[in-house]
Amino acid sequence: MSALIRLEHITRRFQVKRQQFIKAVDDVSLEVQEGEILCVVGESGCGKTTTGKMIAGVLKPSEGKIFYQGEDISTLKDEGWKKYRLGVQMIHQDPYASLNPAHSVYRILAAPLKRHWPTGSETTLRNRAYELLEMVDLTPASDFLDKYPHQLSGGQRQRVAVARSLTVNPSFIVADEAVSMVDVSIRISLLNTLLRLKQDMGLAVLFITHDLALAKYFAWEGRIGVMYLGRLVEIAPARQLVEAPQHPYTKVLLSAIPEADPDVTRTKEHIQLRSMDVPSLLRLPSGCAFHPRCPFFEGEICEKVVPQLTFFRDGSAVACHPAQRQRQAEIVTEAAPGAAAPGTAASNTAETD
Amino acid sequence: MNQVAQQPETLQRQNQTLRADAPSTAAPTLSVKGLTISYQAKRGAVQAVRNVSFEVQRGEALALIGESGSGKTTMGLGMVRLLPSTATVSQGQMLYQRQLDGQDTNRVDVLQLKGRDLRQFRWKECAMVFQAALNAFNPVLRISDQFGDTARAHSYLQGKDLAERARQLFELVRLDPERVWRSYPHELSGGMRQRVLIALGLLLEPQLLILDEPTTALDILTQRNIMDVLKELRQRLDFSLLFISHDLSLAAELADRVATMYAGKLVEISDVYTTFKNPVHPYTIGLINAVPTLTAHRDHVASIPGSPPDLIDLPRGCKFHPRCPLATERCREEEPELVPSTDDTHWVACWNWEIARSQLSAGQKGTSA
Repeated sequence: MSALIRLEHITRRFQVKRQQFIKAVDDVSLEVQEGEILCVVGESGCGKTTTGKMIAGVLKPSEGKIFYQGEDISTLKDEGWKKYRLGVQMIHQDPYASLNPAHSVYRILAAPLKRHWPTGSETTLRNRAYELLEMVDLTPASDFLDKYPHQLSGGQRQRVAVARSLTVNPSFIVADEAVSMVDVSIRISLLNTLLRLKQDMGLAVLFITHDLALAKYFAWEGRIGVMYLGRLVEIAPARQLVEAPQHPYTKVLLSAIPEADPDVTRTKEHIQLRSMDVPSLLRLPSGCAFHPRCPFFEGEICEKVVPQLTFFRDGSAVACHPAQRQRQAEIVTEAAPGAAAPGTAASNTAETD
Repeated sequence: MNQVAQQPETLQRQNQTLRADAPSTAAPTLSVKGLTISYQAKRGAVQAVRNVSFEVQRGEALALIGESGSGKTTMGLGMVRLLPSTATVSQGQMLYQRQLDGQDTNRVDVLQLKGRDLRQFRWKECAMVFQAALNAFNPVLRISDQFGDTARAHSYLQGKDLAERARQLFELVRLDPERVWRSYPHELSGGMRQRVLIALGLLLEPQLLILDEPTTALDILTQRNIMDVLKELRQRLDFSLLFISHDLSLAAELADRVATMYAGKLVEISDVYTTFKNPVHPYTIGLINAVPTLTAHRDHVASIPGSPPDLIDLPRGCKFHPRCPLATERCREEEPELVPSTDDTHWVACWNWEIARSQLSAGQKGTSA
């Protein structure tokens, strides 16, 4: 069985000055199956949005390949490319910026329908738009069809954005911080709508967020991947990642998050970093990029060798030398789903064993 | 719902903690009485703050929590009299207890202050750290010059003395003084800028520091650092803190007391443990349940139905009634005022708080283990 989306050693560089490049995403490999939820978590500048954009086909990777339903998207043309672009839709962060303020909700929803099913009559379009609004719980839908974005609240706008992404029956949704601009009290209901749609339509979702608690809620049955300075450093089933993190960076993140319970949050132990400074993407540290800050730093190996994402038998994977050594017996040796196939010049995993 | 059975026990424990740190008898640093602020808009008056009363005791940290549009930032701006010209303060008093050498002197109504008096109040007595740390600095001035400006405006230390004072403050907020002092704002990261702002806020040793969303838009690890800095500052220096946030966990970590705002009104105020363990306002309960936490089971997280009201066209009666599971006829007609509930430190504005306490439970915490 092939995955819905597969990334193989994806790297994306951006030019910042004439001779200067930054690697926003560095050698990321991962897979998303049909109907799966994957949350990508990380701090600003870790490459999570760039990864999402590459998956949605908005950005091209500098190196590596992306496969949609088993086909390399860089080789797709015409009908194939169209099928891929329709199949993967994006929901943007800011519903105040992503909806045209001069268009009514109906016009916003009808535009993609008209573009891709030009034969539809006005009545069928209206019915379809009505249906879509009901799907995202904007009821009664007839109240919303002729409204303009400024007449809607932030949460309602984001629901319109979700409805728009569904107009073309996608199989994969990239949601980039889709609820961070929405009020706290209604975030969960928006997420629940997304979860129900995922269930009903068999959608796969790549959910990009900086909030680990939210990621755990949303990806309850799915997986969470953690990125740091362009690399995927850990990926595991959601609850496992939060309850038993393996990568030092994930551990530090989890220990730093305050909890909405004074007893818990005031007694929580915070793992101290060796350094507060976030390295610049222009001058990434050698070896493991986290080593200058890592509280579990082990010396030479961390400084010199880039740890590769290595899978364990339970389906989790981590890119950290000490963590890998501790669980050496459980390492899956053959190329596992999404695991890096050996052979790239930078790959030094063999030496570490 | 299985939480209800455990509540009496927790309640007792909370009451004991409450007694332990009984409120001081000294005059509160700030007492806000019946403050009402509205904005003029084309469609009508935006009632951003409606009849809000509360006190900030000496040395305490009070958190003002609420969603966007609940009036919390307007509240903060109102306190330093920096409201835009479209805003009108139609009612209320803001009594500030002036101090000289640690002794209480006169009380002034901030809303009546003018000219020199107002300038002295701003920054020297009450400093505010604004939401967007990047925009709070002049981009073409070095940090040293920004400190110099503030110091000059208040005839404070200059030159070497100022640099020395700033160095102490930078160390308090865990910044490298050598690096920061000569830097331009763009050379500092978001977290560093936020800490420079906090240091600048503390420059003139104000009695009251207002922080508007101090950690919003910062990364988790930077947030943690700011929180640790604030906690340490409170231990080492003597000032009251009022912070405005939509982030419940920040309040849980830093505050002594928590005030919840909804649609421009204070709906509940109590000590931080009571707010999180035994809240009695349906909105506070709903809000706490709506925030997923790392330890919570997914089934214990529930959203509040509906959406926040339009501040121009507020519903009749209790402003929360369209979203409240306990709303009755009375709630639809009459707006409840903030009154003492379980004891005189726990105030709530709800007709049915007793029912809310027994029927709704803010009980997701610690249940997944």
